[in-house]
Order: sequence, then structure tokens, then C-alpha cells
Amino acid sequence: MGYPHKPHDREMPVLSKYFGDAGAISLDGWKQRGGYAALRKALGMAPTEITAIVKESGLRGRGGAGFPTGVKWSFMKLDDGKPHYLCCNADESEPGTFKDREIMRWTPHALIEGCAIGAYAIGAETCYVYIRGEFTEPIARMEAALREAYAAGILGPNAMGSGKTVNVYVHRGAGAYICGEETALMNSIEGRRGNPRIKPPFPAVAGVFGMPTTINNVETLAAVPHILNNGADWYRKIGRADNPKSTGTKLFSVCGNVQRPGNYEVPLGFPFKDFLYDLCGGPLPGRRFKAIIPGGISVPIQTVDEAEASFMDYEGFVEHGTMLGSGGVIVIDDHQNLVKQIARAARFFAHESCAQCTQCREGTGWTTRILERIVAGDGTSEDLDTLLEIADNMTGKTICVLSDSCAVPVVTGIGKFRGDFEALIKTKATVMVPAVV
Amino acid sequence: MADPKMINLTIEGRAVSVPAGTSILEAAKTAGVLIPHYCYHPGLPVAGVCRMCLVEVEKAPKLAPSCATAVADGQVVHVHSPKALEARKGVLEMLLINHPLDCPICDQAGECELQDYTYQEGRAEGRLREGKRFNPVEDFGGDVMYVANRCILCTRCVRFMDDVAQDAALNVSERGDRALIGKFEGKDLTHPWAGNVIDLCPVGALLSKDSLNKVRAWEVDRTASVCPGCSQGCNMIVETRDNLVVRLRPRANEEVNHFFMCDQGRLDYRWMNRQDRVEYPMVRRGDALAVTEWEGAVAEAAALLKGKRAFVLASPGLPNEALFLLSRLVKKTGGAGAFRVRQGDEAPLPGVNDLARRADLAPNGRGAELFGLARANAPLAGLQAGDVLVVADEELAGLDAPDVARAGAIVVIGTTLPAWARHAATVVLPITNVVEEEGTFTNLRGRVQRFRQARSGPGFSRPSWAVAADLLAALGESANYLLASEVFDALAAAHSEFAGMSYEALGLKGALVAGAGTGAVA
Amino acid sequence: MSADAPADAPHAAHGAPHTPVFVGQARAELDELGKRYPTKRALLLPALWMVQHARGWISEEAMAEVAEVLELTPAYVKGVVSFYTMYHQHPVGKHFIQVCTTSPCAVCGAEDVRDAFLRHTGCEALGVTSADGKYTVIEVECLGACGFATPVMINEDFLESVTPEKVPDILAGLK
Repeated sequence: MGYPHKPHDREMPVLSKYFGDAGAISLDGWKQRGGYAALRKALGMAPTEITAIVKESGLRGRGGAGFPTGVKWSFMKLDDGKPHYLCCNADESEPGTFKDREIMRWTPHALIEGCAIGAYAIGAETCYVYIRGEFTEPIARMEAALREAYAAGILGPNAMGSGKTVNVYVHRGAGAYICGEETALMNSIEGRRGNPRIKPPFPAVAGVFGMPTTINNVETLAAVPHILNNGADWYRKIGRADNPKSTGTKLFSVCGNVQRPGNYEVPLGFPFKDFLYDLCGGPLPGRRFKAIIPGGISVPIQTVDEAEASFMDYEGFVEHGTMLGSGGVIVIDDHQNLVKQIARAARFFAHESCAQCTQCREGTGWTTRILERIVAGDGTSEDLDTLLEIADNMTGKTICVLSDSCAVPVVTGIGKFRGDFEALIKTKATVMVPAVV
Repeated sequence: MADPKMINLTIEGRAVSVPAGTSILEAAKTAGVLIPHYCYHPGLPVAGVCRMCLVEVEKAPKLAPSCATAVADGQVVHVHSPKALEARKGVLEMLLINHPLDCPICDQAGECELQDYTYQEGRAEGRLREGKRFNPVEDFGGDVMYVANRCILCTRCVRFMDDVAQDAALNVSERGDRALIGKFEGKDLTHPWAGNVIDLCPVGALLSKDSLNKVRAWEVDRTASVCPGCSQGCNMIVETRDNLVVRLRPRANEEVNHFFMCDQGRLDYRWMNRQDRVEYPMVRRGDALAVTEWEGAVAEAAALLKGKRAFVLASPGLPNEALFLLSRLVKKTGGAGAFRVRQGDEAPLPGVNDLARRADLAPNGRGAELFGLARANAPLAGLQAGDVLVVADEELAGLDAPDVARAGAIVVIGTTLPAWARHAATVVLPITNVVEEEGTFTNLRGRVQRFRQARSGPGFSRPSWAVAADLLAALGESANYLLASEVFDALAAAHSEFAGMSYEALGLKGALVAGAGTGAVA
Repeated sequence: MSADAPADAPHAAHGAPHTPVFVGQARAELDELGKRYPTKRALLLPALWMVQHARGWISEEAMAEVAEVLELTPAYVKGVVSFYTMYHQHPVGKHFIQVCTTSPCAVCGAEDVRDAFLRHTGCEALGVTSADGKYTVIEVECLGACGFATPVMINEDFLESVTPEKVPDILAGLK
């Protein structure tokens, strides 16, 4: 659903409060809405104090891995005498995810403020905001906002008169999903192919330009000013009372076959069933949900039963066979050929594989070709075993997880919807398979 | 500096102790366990991309790439566990799905790591039912041809050009299974060391145009040798088939050439097979040279030398053994000896310390100097009227005719018979060339290195040192040597720089002459 | 670098002689960007964007120029160009139309949108520029606007919620 759109009563708009409010885009508008108070406060604190607050808040990475942000920041050795860097991951490319785009479009200064605080907290004078090349509008908005921020002295060699240097720059990607992987992103900034790097060394030791680096997602950094303004306690209390590991609000992007696709901000731990039927309006008229992918296309597919039983936080999704991932909810209904969609997902990964690791380079392409052959009506019963074996060879054996991600829809698709595959193979034709939910 | 901390671990049930920072793959080598791998090469930065070297490390959640995983105390590593084997089997199958399986017409067959490991632990049959990717063969320039369909994208070639040659002429182009090695139109692989990518390629994707379709790996004999192309003394392997040298390849020596040799050295082998050789000893009979027996020829040469000064013009391409004996001939007759070194352009390999194709285009100038021969641009300047000029495997071309004319007689010890020698030489003693005899060279840093005999010499030719020894013996010197090693022992006894050296001690990597320093010679 | 650069820059013809991009203003702009990074190599992606904005695509000659300006080799530059799908290694139509057909959009009918663009532009196939040189249509992987299926990028313009019915009007609106 495009903006402006009225938030649902059960949403908790923190990051999305000003989505659709054109007045919030400019620096003046942002300041009128309380902007840059958190940065001013932060610049008066010791970096370790900021990190301690973020740690205390329980904020975890919103890009997919869910690593505690404050802990990540504390890996940066503040007195090592080396230049530090902050990279803001705005490569938002995980199919199903489109939340960071809205943060940058409507509240670019919120992100700049988060970047500046983060940079200061980790002892960095420079933050690169790596925005995927296709995001022309977010890039334009961010660049305009940065010009305002520099002109107003918020950024630069004497940020907000603090005597501290904080620079934030936009670095534009050029069409590569894998650059959302943190080490590939660093290579891309360095002017290289977006190949993920072997870890160790970890970015906090040797990251971009070989220097200690922290990489945070847009949504993660945008949450930081709110935490500083309202306190760690306030943030920590948002979420399921019985799950202190997942705190705060989270933006979920919803797409596919639902009544009301769009971005929704809810407290972590929100019941997924209510989310799907109440907030998103449930399935399209006359249709039924068939499969849900709750965290971007890289996470395991859920059956509707699994989805309806899930709570929307890091642990809640794991309990029901999947992951929170990036919070990109893809809804597939009974009018879709699920095998075809899994083949399409595999093709995505085959297109995006960086070509380094053997299993990924060859396996993504091979998987795609087998699946497309099955969809074309030329599948055999052995194909499913072959697919599962290839998937096994592609899992847990490569530098990054793109290979694993390609295997996930195949394994969970065959595991949970084997009938769809078998029916296709049996009838030897691309036919619509009725729902077996 | 303190000794590095030693790490103790277990690999395939064997206790291993290696310095901290060593990779599991290298540690396994010390235990005699070769972990299959493609992208890893000790002379290149670690890429960790082929995923072939995955091993099981107890208590680790995932298989570890052994090339990129450092050893840790108490690690227990399984190279051939079912899990690790299964992973490698998977990699091999993936590597072959788009591979043409054209071993019968592939130059790499028989020395192909893809072939070897597939036979060793791959699947018997592939499961691909789809068509294979196809890319045309590309001429990369220089001596290199790229057969993209066989490429496994290990990127050794790219890393060699980037990090070792420091001329990033190759790239990985495109993504996913469309990826291939690329170069820029109009920018060929003309770097003087580019040919090393052929050896580095573990499969048949990068091939030598020079030896294309000429060599089958199982047909050749391989001999450890030293490149005679310049004073660097790169260690090499001479490959011969039917007594002909067909290919030269680098042999690893950390102290000299690491894993590499330059294109000029690599491709300059045809002269080693020259057919227009002197095959018989000859002596002058009037206007012509007449074939004779060795004994007669040596006796005649000795007779010429009796009571005369020998002026030895030696080639700096002769081994230490021959040069040592020739220097004794100089001493015995109260004569003199000199040599000159042809010059070329120095071409360094920037990624390796102190490795270059040197300006001195001869392997043993340093040795010649150590034996008291004088290096000179006009080496015959010291030739006195009436001297017997002994031309040892050297050319007279480019030398002043008046200088030569001062010689009372000319004895040629050589592999070929140049035009001038047909009318100027009194005695011609045929010798074998560098691949036909064994001996040692002393490189520009003073490293004494052995080379072995790779083919038999033509006709009645004899090793250079044997001819020089015979000549000495005929002059009444004690020089009764049956083996090159005996000459070397004598040399080591006579020259303090070589003290304590023997063929056995030199081994395959050589040793530095006394006082050679640590490569400080400019 | 900036996304609000001219949306439809003149497309240099294939094989036309290369006139340097990084002279005068453009060179100054690149040098200014250089202050943001500790290495010259880091300017590669921004420099390639500048070339594409100026020329419509990135020719081999342009790669060689970028290589020289940034002290890289042309082969290196080409390896990077071919990694990133937004850089055009060949001239494309005046209107470069990218239709997202990745799964989230595919379940919402993106393939029909793609077909509508092909039909109404007269392009014979995906990636084949129309005879009049005006259009090139390609499928693109996830544009990151899945909730607004089907997103379509035309040069630097980002359209949301495109349906097959809207395609004729969209094309009519292109100049």
C-alpha cells in the first residue's frame, strides 16, 4: 500500500511515524519533529556510553542476521589508532523487503542521524551509506538531505559544534543482490566486484579498506535515535513479555497475494495470524493462503498452519520452522503454481551468485534448470532426490549464505509441498495445482 | 625474533606440530596428507573459493576450508571422513556439470587435478540432464590459450597476474555460472612472466600454445634442472620425449624462483635439441678438419699446449665443474682465462622478492668469476701472441679479428662447429650441452645448484668437464674423474667458497657459497 | 553518482570514436568525490556511473579511460563492470525498461506486465532494442518495491503498481 496510508490501530509507528508525511523530509521539517536532538545528546556523551545504552536496549540487527547491535559496536577497539568506518547497509535487495526504501524516502534525516550517532559510537569519522543502484528516489532524497545536513553544520569536521568529525556519504550500488552481504558490500565500496570475503578476519578487525568496520542495516541505525531519546528501558519493554531476546518495533514489508500489501510497524512478538488477517486484510477474495515466506525469500517457506502459530520475532519464527530474516513477508495463495515460484526464486539466486564458490556458482544454475524442466512438464521422480542432494551440497559449505538461501526454498518446498512437485511430474504438464492446505 | 609459537593438533590421526598461523592444509602436508584443493596455491594469496579443501574439524559446526583455516591447539581434523568426502564429491560433481569431459583431446589429461580427484573420490556418473554451457576458445596472447569450457574458476591465474605479476591483465567476468576468465581486448598476456598461469591452472583451461597438442603428460620423462637462460638460475623441470626436450617448466625453490620461471626461459628450449652438432673429435689435416678418435684428438690438443700459455675463452654457460678444470688448465700453463656475458633487459617478477629475468643472459657468470676467469667485454684483450686459444663452448663472433689472430693455435671445445672454426680450429673436442650432462651452476646470489642429465648427447660428444679433465690429464695433471660429483668434490676441496659442499648436500635446492651474504649483491 | 542526473542521456553509438568523459567539470567532480575515499580504486563505481550518465552505456574505450584515470588496468575495470548488472556494456534503447519479475512480483502477475511492455514497444524479445532504437525491455531481479507490484524502472524513473492496462499510457508519456 502506497503512502500516505493510515496506520492500523494495532501498529506501533516509531520508525514509520512520518511515512507519507512530506513535511518530514526536509531538515527543517525533521527538526520540527524533534530531529537531531538524539545526535546532539550523543555527541555530548562518551562513545562507550552510547554503546552501553544500545546494548541495554536489546536492539538487534534488522538486516537479517539479528546480531545484537550494541555488542557489535563494542567489538570496535576505540583506541587502536586506526581509522574506523561505519557502513550503512541500504542495499535492500532481499525479495519481499522494501522497508529501508521507505525510511530513506520519507525520513532521510532519521537515517543520517542514526548513522552519525553510530559512527561516533564506534570511533568512525566516516559512514558510507551503500544504497542499491535501483533506488533512484531514495538516493536523491538522501543526497538532498545530506546537502542540508552539511550546510547546517550537522555533519562535517565540527558536527553540531561538537568539535567531532562526522561524515556521511552515499555510495551507489549498481545492480548486485550479493552486495547486501556485509563483506561484499565493503568490496563494492572499495571498487571491486561484490564478492563476499572469507571470515575471519571479521569486519571489526579488518573491514572496508582493511580498517575496523561496523556494518548496520538502515532500520537498525534509524532506531538508534529513538533509543537515545526515549531510553533503553522504553525500547526493551516493547515486545513479547515472555521473550526478552527480541525487543523494540520492527518494520514488516508485506507483498504477494494479500488484500493490503505494504509496510507495517509492529512490536516484535506480534501474533503473525493477526498480522496476516487483521492488518493485511487476509487473502484476496475467493482465495486461500497456501504458503508464507516471512523474512525475505532466503528463509524457509512456512505452511499456513506454521505461520498462523508464529509470533513475529527472532525466536518466534525459529520455533515454527523459519526465520525473521529481513522482515519481508511474501504471501503465496492457492492460485499460484508453487513449483514455478520456487523455480523463479532459484533463478533469482542463479542470477545473483557472485561466481566465487563452486557449489553456489554451479549449484544455483543447475537447481534452476532442473526446476524449470519440472515446471515445463519434463520432470522425473529422480529429480526431487537430485534436487535435495544438490541442495545439501549447497548448504553450509560456501563463503556466504547465498548458496544456502537458494537451497532453502527447494528443501522446504519439497519438504512441505511435495505433492505439488509430484503432481507436476506425474501429469507432465504445467497445470495449476489445487491447494492442499 | 622469538621462535613462532608451535601449535599441536591431530590430522587424520597423526600428531602434527606446526608454527601458529599455518593453515590446516599446509599442516596436513607436513603429516604426509594431501588435502585435495584447486584454488589454493602456496605462491598466491588465499582465495578459499573452490571449496574443495573442506575438512571436518571436530567440534566445529561446519566443514572448514582447510586453506583458509588456521591451525589451533588440540584441533582434531578429519580429511577423509564421510562428511568431508561427501562434500568434495559434491564439489567435483558441480565442477563437472558444465565441463566438456573432453580429456581424450585435452593437453592437461594425465596431469589434471580435476581428472585425478574425480577418479580418486568423485562420482562414477554425472546426473546432469540439461545442456552444458558453452564458450569459445580464446587466444589470450603471449603463449597462453584459454579454453573456457574447462575452466573451474579457481582464479589462480587472476591472482597471479594481480598479486605476483602485478599487472592485472586477467579478470573474472560476469556472474554465476556465466562467469569466465576474461581479458581486455587488445591487452594480451605479454607480461614476461605471464606463462606461469599455464602451470598454475590445475585443469586444461589455460594451455601453452607452444606445446599445444604436442605433449601427452604420460609420455614424457622429467628431469630436475636449472634454467640456463640467465643468472637467476630458476629451478626447472626438463620434460623429454624420445630423447627430445619438449617442454620446460618451473620447479619450486623458495630461495630462488618460488614456483615460477619467465616466458623467455620457458620457451627457449629448441636449441637444446639442435641437430647440427659436432659429433666427433676432429683435428686439422691441411685445409680440412678430419674426424678422429678421442685419444688422438686430446693428445694433439695437449701437444699444442706443451710449453705454451693456454688462453681460455670460456662460456659462462658451462658448469662449475668444467670451469674449475679449465681454470686449472690456465694455472698449469701460466695462461689466462676470460669470459663475456651477453646482456638483455632485466624483467622482474614484482610479487616475489629478488626474482627477475636478469640482464646477464648466462647461468654461471658468478661461477666463472669464482674460478678466477676475468669478466670482460673484450675478453681476448689479454691474449698474447703465440697463446693457444681454448674456446670453450663460446662464440668468436663480435670479437676483434686482430685479437684472434694473435693466437698460435685454436682448440675448440664445443657443442657445435661454427663457420670460423672450420678453418681456424686445430683441434675440435665435442661436448654435450646443459641438458645432456650433469653439473652445477652458481647463480648471481652465489647459490650453487645442481642440474641433471635429461637426454643423451649426440655421437661421441662427452661432458664438458670430462673433456677438460682429459686435457688436464694429458698435460700430466692428476685429473682422473669418472663422475661429475668427483670433479665437484675436488672443486670444493680447492676453493674455500665451496668448502663442505657435495652433490648430496646440495640436493634439489642448492646452497650458498661461503661469503655470499643474503642476497645483498646488487 | 547522483541519481538525479539526466534521465535520458544521449546514447553514444557502438563503434563511435570515444571522446574522453573525465575532462573539465566531470574531472573536477570525480576529484571532489575522491576526498571521500582513502583509495582511488573506490572511485570506480562512481566513475562508471558518471560514464553511463554521460554516454548512456560503458564502452571498452570508456573502461580504458576509467582505468587510466584511476590507475587500474582495463581488464580489472571490465571485470567489475560485468559484475554489476546496471552498467550497460552495449548501447540500449532510449527508454530502458526494467520490469521486476522476481517471485513476489511474479505471484502478482509481473510476467503479464513484462509481456505488455514487449507487445506495446514492438521489441522482439527481452534485451533486444526495438527497431526504432527507442525501447529496450528486460526482466530485472527484485527492485525492492515488492508491496507495490509490479515495479518498473524506465531509465532512472521508478514506477510502482504497474499493471498491463497501464502500459500504453506509460509509454505514451515517455518523451
